[in-house]
Amino acid sequence: MKSISIIGAGPAGIEAASILAQQGIAVTLFEKSSSAMKNVADKTFLFPDFAAASDIVEAMNKKLLNSNITLHCDTEIVALEREGKTSWKLTDAKGMSYYSDLVLIATGYTPFDAHRKEELGYGIYNGVVTSLDMEKMIRYDKIVNSLGEKPRRVVFLQCVGSRDEKSGNHYCSKICCVTAVKQAIELKRCLPDTEAYVFYMDLRMWGQHFEELYRQAQQEYGIRFVRGRISEASGTFDGRVQIKAEDTLMGLPLRMTTDLLVLMVGMEASEGTRCLGKACGIGGEYGFVQSKDPHLNDTATDQEGIFVCGTCKRPMSINDSINDARSAAVTILQAIQ
Amino acid sequence: MKNFGFTISTGRSINLDEIREENISKLLEMVPSYKWCIGCGGCTATCSAGAFTNFNIRKIHNSFVRGQYQGLDKELQQCMLCGKCLLVCPRGVNTRSLIVNMRRILAGVEANTFKGKEVIQ
Repeated sequence: MKSISIIGAGPAGIEAASILAQQGIAVTLFEKSSSAMKNVADKTFLFPDFAAASDIVEAMNKKLLNSNITLHCDTEIVALEREGKTSWKLTDAKGMSYYSDLVLIATGYTPFDAHRKEELGYGIYNGVVTSLDMEKMIRYDKIVNSLGEKPRRVVFLQCVGSRDEKSGNHYCSKICCVTAVKQAIELKRCLPDTEAYVFYMDLRMWGQHFEELYRQAQQEYGIRFVRGRISEASGTFDGRVQIKAEDTLMGLPLRMTTDLLVLMVGMEASEGTRCLGKACGIGGEYGFVQSKDPHLNDTATDQEGIFVCGTCKRPMSINDSINDARSAAVTILQAIQ
Repeated sequence: MKNFGFTISTGRSINLDEIREENISKLLEMVPSYKWCIGCGGCTATCSAGAFTNFNIRKIHNSFVRGQYQGLDKELQQCMLCGKCLLVCPRGVNTRSLIVNMRRILAGVEANTFKGKEVIQ
């Protein structure tokens, strides 16, 4: 029987491990942080149905309770090289080596660091936060401005670190559009009197029920959508944030002050994705890893014995990652037989 | 004072801090379906008046909700209320009612009798 290592215990890694384990195959799962499902655990509710992220984390963690799965947390795989003709050698940050015939890379993404868009004032003005900060504020039902007071107005800005030449990311991160709509609705549910604006370049409501959620945001919650990218943010003397944009539907420059500016940060390849992609020669665009064929063989790679799934390939939603992992598990089962 | 022939330019940018919210809420109360507008411009594309004049319905209602009222009442008079825009709108916005009610608000006419209902004229 061939041995299998899976790198990354997020939704993709766990799902693939679980499917393979159910087929009686022993799987070794490596996770660099202290627990599995770290990125999902940072969320509060998930689009488009407001499912509790904690439920998803719990359900996925339950899938790990299989005697065929060995989970190594706090184990960051930093090197991946061929060992002999058919085997792979994995080395962790502490210098420990592991050997495996097949390797599934599920090392995922990392959120875009909003400090890099200095003109938007993240880390400079307290009223500027990221979508991740907003998730936390929603979780603890504590949405406050820089002075700790209830905000009168909240502005969401799309495409921070995505579709942006200056960030080096030409691609769309896919999940931010609907996340902003979701968060704006959550904001209005917590604070019905607070005004909510969403500034967008395009609104890409690609998934099932996303468009309906957008419509609901307009119809039931009175959330206002402005087509135009905020070019800069600056602090006001009273701790608010002044923003400048063009209302492109009006063809006029627009300015306003807001208590909170929420930057919808995109997805970038995680450090592990970049490192391992390069190490075994399957590095693709923007640091993501590349599959063999995006249409017909999206979970195998040009390296025999290396498979990929989830957001290490490109931005994906949680359910897309899980489905992709199932697809990878089938490809691996075929490779074993 | 001597006139040197210079003038001070007034800002042309929209300042959403100075917007008249009551006009927007009044319009949304009269035409609730306007909340669904996504600014696609289908209404403008099909507009008979727009084919021969610079009448641009999409731009007019955008101007209204951004507080840019100057010249709007005059522009709104160019609409013939044919209702083609209403037929093409992908979001089901009652655009004809929108025009009638923008005219009302700009003329300062209280339309209490129509409160909460969309009026097709």
